[in-house]
Amino acid sequence: MSELSASWYLAVSAALFAIGFTGLLVRRNPLIMFMCIELMLNAVNVAFVAFGAGLNDVGGQVAVFFVLVVAATEVVIGLALVVALSRFKTGATADDVSLLKG
Amino acid sequence: MTRFLAQTSPVADSTTSVVTPSIDFLGLLPVLLLTAGAVLLLMFRSLIPPPMNLSSPMKTSSVKRLFSFETAWMFVLAVGGLVTVVVQWFRVQDEGPIAVFGSEFASDGLALFAAAVILISVAAVALLLPRFCEQAQIKKAELYVLLMLSAAGGVVMTGANDLIVMFLGLETLSIALYVMVALNRHGLMSIEAGIKYFVLGSFSSAFFLYGIAMIYSTTGTTRISGINAFFADYIVLRDGVLLTGLALLLVGLCFKVASVPFHAWLPDVYQMAPTPITAFMASAVKVAGFAALMRVIVLALGERAHNWQPAVFVLASATLLLGAILATVQNNIKRLLAYSSISHAGFMLVGVQAASHEGVAAVLFYLAVYAVISLGSFTIVSLLTGPDGDGDSATVASAAGLASRKPLLTAAFVVLLLAQAGIPLTSGFMSKFYVISAAVEARSFWLAVVAIVSAVITAFAYLRIVVSMYFTSDIPATADDGIPSDVDTVKDCHSDIPVAADTGKGDNLERPLTAAHLTTLKLGIPAGKGDPLTGAERLPIGAVVVVSVAVVVTLLVGVLPSPLVSLALDASANLLGSIP
Repeated sequence: MSELSASWYLAVSAALFAIGFTGLLVRRNPLIMFMCIELMLNAVNVAFVAFGAGLNDVGGQVAVFFVLVVAATEVVIGLALVVALSRFKTGATADDVSLLKG
Repeated sequence: MTRFLAQTSPVADSTTSVVTPSIDFLGLLPVLLLTAGAVLLLMFRSLIPPPMNLSSPMKTSSVKRLFSFETAWMFVLAVGGLVTVVVQWFRVQDEGPIAVFGSEFASDGLALFAAAVILISVAAVALLLPRFCEQAQIKKAELYVLLMLSAAGGVVMTGANDLIVMFLGLETLSIALYVMVALNRHGLMSIEAGIKYFVLGSFSSAFFLYGIAMIYSTTGTTRISGINAFFADYIVLRDGVLLTGLALLLVGLCFKVASVPFHAWLPDVYQMAPTPITAFMASAVKVAGFAALMRVIVLALGERAHNWQPAVFVLASATLLLGAILATVQNNIKRLLAYSSISHAGFMLVGVQAASHEGVAAVLFYLAVYAVISLGSFTIVSLLTGPDGDGDSATVASAAGLASRKPLLTAAFVVLLLAQAGIPLTSGFMSKFYVISAAVEARSFWLAVVAIVSAVITAFAYLRIVVSMYFTSDIPATADDGIPSDVDTVKDCHSDIPVAADTGKGDNLERPLTAAHLTTLKLGIPAGKGDPLTGAERLPIGAVVVVSVAVVVTLLVGVLPSPLVSLALDASANLLGSIP
């Protein structure tokens, strides 16, 4: 099996991050927006693993666990907010939360 | 079997000789106190719910409402944490920076100074929360628990000597805040503020994290002192990844401190958050954010200052000007103070941009001063009565004639507003002076000019409130009893208190109880009637304590700044890692 250089993994990571970034800006459904944030965090995980392997350092691999925990916590809070939002308005999108201006 | 044993025995040997990190418990104690206190409080309140005394509101005396169990608990823990910080401070003065947990966490001047400000703000908010919980009818301890966890995250952030630890602190701080912001009683608007803060906050966390990964790939470590040492020893020639990482870290942290291109969440969140939580965000969260920012860019990446200084120059100028200009056109007082807090963040960025000991000391001084001012200002905002009967809806117009109704409160507000504007003999003037002189010493003359222009523009915004309070007479519609005439339920409850209690429960989803409504319920006196501030007993004691201490400190530091300045200079002199 031929070896892939680190830059390939970084390209995947950057692509995932860009997809998440674009998705967050484009999509209006709050659930999809949260998924996009998760995608961005997981892109970072790919980068950490690739850098850790490249540097032969276990720190990069360990960082992934911390990121996973944080991502899980963020989902919990995000879903709680979506539930609270849908109690006011079913099927609310990001366009519905635009009361505050100025 | 023997082969198996032969395989396992070296493993057993290595487990016995595992090197455990050296833990300095004194340095960790503030974090331990806050987290353990929060968990214990949550357990205690789940097992023993607070007594339901809403049916007999008149029995709860004003003193008892101030010293609810949660408040006392949080206040004592914050003060206890403060004592450990002071003890640790003297140790650090003698021995230099102390590595607390392995070297993941540092007890140095910056960490301890910032932790002290965070703990003071926790103690102050502890005094403010009972009144809010009563108004919003939150009978559980969640708000206290979340606030303590959030503050613990802030303390971790300020002392983190590893970017991953800093990220964890940042998330602990933020995730608790997302919930607290959405806990106010404005229905959909509170949820909106929570969702906006959550989406933008997690978005910025992802940027911050990607920046950490990039820095890690360049330097091979996420440790801040390690990164500092790396750049002292090596010159990175192919620095594309490094610069991307630097930019991403800057974006992530600037979201947290609400620098201008990344400020959009702040006015909505500050306006809709419960006012004690807004005070916490303007003081403790700002301190944690700037301590982290200085640790990352001034300490870890100080050798690359020529790369980030131009970026911070632009960010600071934009923050100063836009925050100031937008503050002048606001009508809602809470929102006006939110925009002014953006412009204050610009002043702090001016000190960061200097990338020097003086700059760090000036920012720390500014943070401490602004924390006190903002705690006092937002406390006063929570006492105002706007069109919806609470401080969240108070506008510049609705503050008209406040001076004749509440002279002492108005005078205190004026002192704090003048301090924010940077009038001499207040602490705000000294803080702006030190930040600008640090910029001048770093030869950033134009930034100093922009800062002074911004100070002039924001002064106009603050003076609008002062003029409205002192030189404008009451609005005719509210002159009779201080309550807008369109709130019919409030009118009803003047005549019959028990009926009002029932109607209040029925419609609290869409239109929750107003402050005036609740004052009527609690004290049995019509709200607005007892307006003239003849004695402190009309106002909640906690708020009076916070405001008076804030005013006294503001004036005292304005006249005698040298003790606090020398503290800030000592803090910036004892750093883990070095400023080039």
